[in-house]
Amino acid sequence: MLKLPIYLDHNATTPMDPRVLEAMIPYFVENFGNAASRNHSFGWQAEEAVDYAREQVAQLIGADAKEIIFTSGATEGDNLGIKGVYEMYASKGNHIITCTTEHKAVLDTCKHLEKLGAEVTYLDVQPDGLIDLKQLEAAMKPTTILVAIMYANNEIGVIQPVKEIATIAKKHGALFFTDAVQAVGKIPVDVIADGIDIMAFTAHKMYGPKGVGALYVRRKNPRVKVTAQLDGGGHERGMRSGTLNVPGIVGFGKACELARLEMAADTERISKLRDKLENALKQIDESYVNGNTAHRLPHVSNISFKYVEGEGLMMGFNKDIALSSGSACTSASLEPSYVLKALGLGDDLAHSSLRFGLGRYTTEEQIDYTIKAVTDTVLKLREMSPLWEMFKEGIDIDSIQWAHH
Amino acid sequence: MAYSDKVIDHYSNPKNVGTLDKGSKSVGTGLVGAPECGDVMRLQIQVDEATGVITDAKFKTFGCGSAIASSSLATEWLKGKTIDEAVKIDNMDLVEELNLPPVKIHCSVLAEDAIKAAINDFRVKNGLAELVFEQSHV
Repeated sequence: MLKLPIYLDHNATTPMDPRVLEAMIPYFVENFGNAASRNHSFGWQAEEAVDYAREQVAQLIGADAKEIIFTSGATEGDNLGIKGVYEMYASKGNHIITCTTEHKAVLDTCKHLEKLGAEVTYLDVQPDGLIDLKQLEAAMKPTTILVAIMYANNEIGVIQPVKEIATIAKKHGALFFTDAVQAVGKIPVDVIADGIDIMAFTAHKMYGPKGVGALYVRRKNPRVKVTAQLDGGGHERGMRSGTLNVPGIVGFGKACELARLEMAADTERISKLRDKLENALKQIDESYVNGNTAHRLPHVSNISFKYVEGEGLMMGFNKDIALSSGSACTSASLEPSYVLKALGLGDDLAHSSLRFGLGRYTTEEQIDYTIKAVTDTVLKLREMSPLWEMFKEGIDIDSIQWAHH
Repeated sequence: MAYSDKVIDHYSNPKNVGTLDKGSKSVGTGLVGAPECGDVMRLQIQVDEATGVITDAKFKTFGCGSAIASSSLATEWLKGKTIDEAVKIDNMDLVEELNLPPVKIHCSVLAEDAIKAAINDFRVKNGLAELVFEQSHV
């Protein structure tokens, strides 16, 4: 049976798996202890639960439990990872390399460090969204202390060549940080095989609770340290002070365990639905899939429907279907997605884009419904679009002198 | 952000979508906005040359729901008005009628600009001088 409304915005957040909630419940009222209380059973119980979750989280990414630093989420992880390295390795250099399609939590952290004296190189991406490894290699300097490139992009789902990036960073004596928020729990991520030194990820993108995340910090070959950004009780091996969010951490652990056990089956099912959706929507004239489709997360598809504006398009079905657009009609700046623009898309195509993010509970009926709703709305709005009429009449829209406002 | 019922109504059942013959002397066409900004409006008026009354109005809009609703409502208001009356349509009237939130006021500005551009196109075609307008409320 068709279940409405349909949630196709899993890159923004995921619903919590009921099994995760079940695991968390005892840690609110009954086992409420502070994991740092060393002298009584309440504390021991909490600590034991955290230790178990730490193992679950570590196991998903091929790490050792001691290498997991719990945080409040990936924004904190990005800040701690990048600022922490900048401070800790200040004597080695001040140069950081990142790329233009990173999440704002990385870009704005880098901008902040620039004000403090860091030199930051922002690599452009290629039209398919992947960075150019030759450009990365060319950007490396003796003062480069960190390469910060995301594992997979939140808007287009493109997966960066992480192993190759790690190899280049290592060769030049720099550390490799990756924001893996969109990748962990969705595709196999192995910090050893991938050569990752520091990695931020979060529970709520993988069917866990909001407000809890982790920073992986490598302990061997090399032993990495980050300077704490919060002063306090010295929790988490001194890298992140603050009383641990025990129920959140327990839920995060459970979510990681479920992801590890069910990822292969989930991926197979979800990617088939994604392909069905994408293939059907590609049948619409003048629709374009954004980003590399060979190196891409299995649950994401970003499509531009030329001559129709994204927000107007979503209004046609947003009572029933939740998704995101690269259009920024609501923002004061009227600037469309910087990620799509970084691919070299014109502003008009960026304004015309929709991001479909499927998930664990997406059904085939929901995808069939979405295909029809999106197709019908695109066709209806094109009948209303002066640009579509011009296109059909063979008028070159770029040749018109538009009055920019 | 939720849309007002009136915006939803104009979006779902837009009034006067279509095209008039832009070559005709009795038709004025205003094309405003830019694809890069995410809105383009084309508004056309058919004018009775003897009386100056707008007998028909059509629009096509590329943009968000508020832009579509603003242009749809504008065409409704234009029909039956004389050109002199039409010039006085203020974007804030559209804002009020459609209950547009502050971030969507630019949609109403665009509709007002489209009305004025259509009227000037008609005037120029008929040997009259272009009207010079003040900046509308942004």
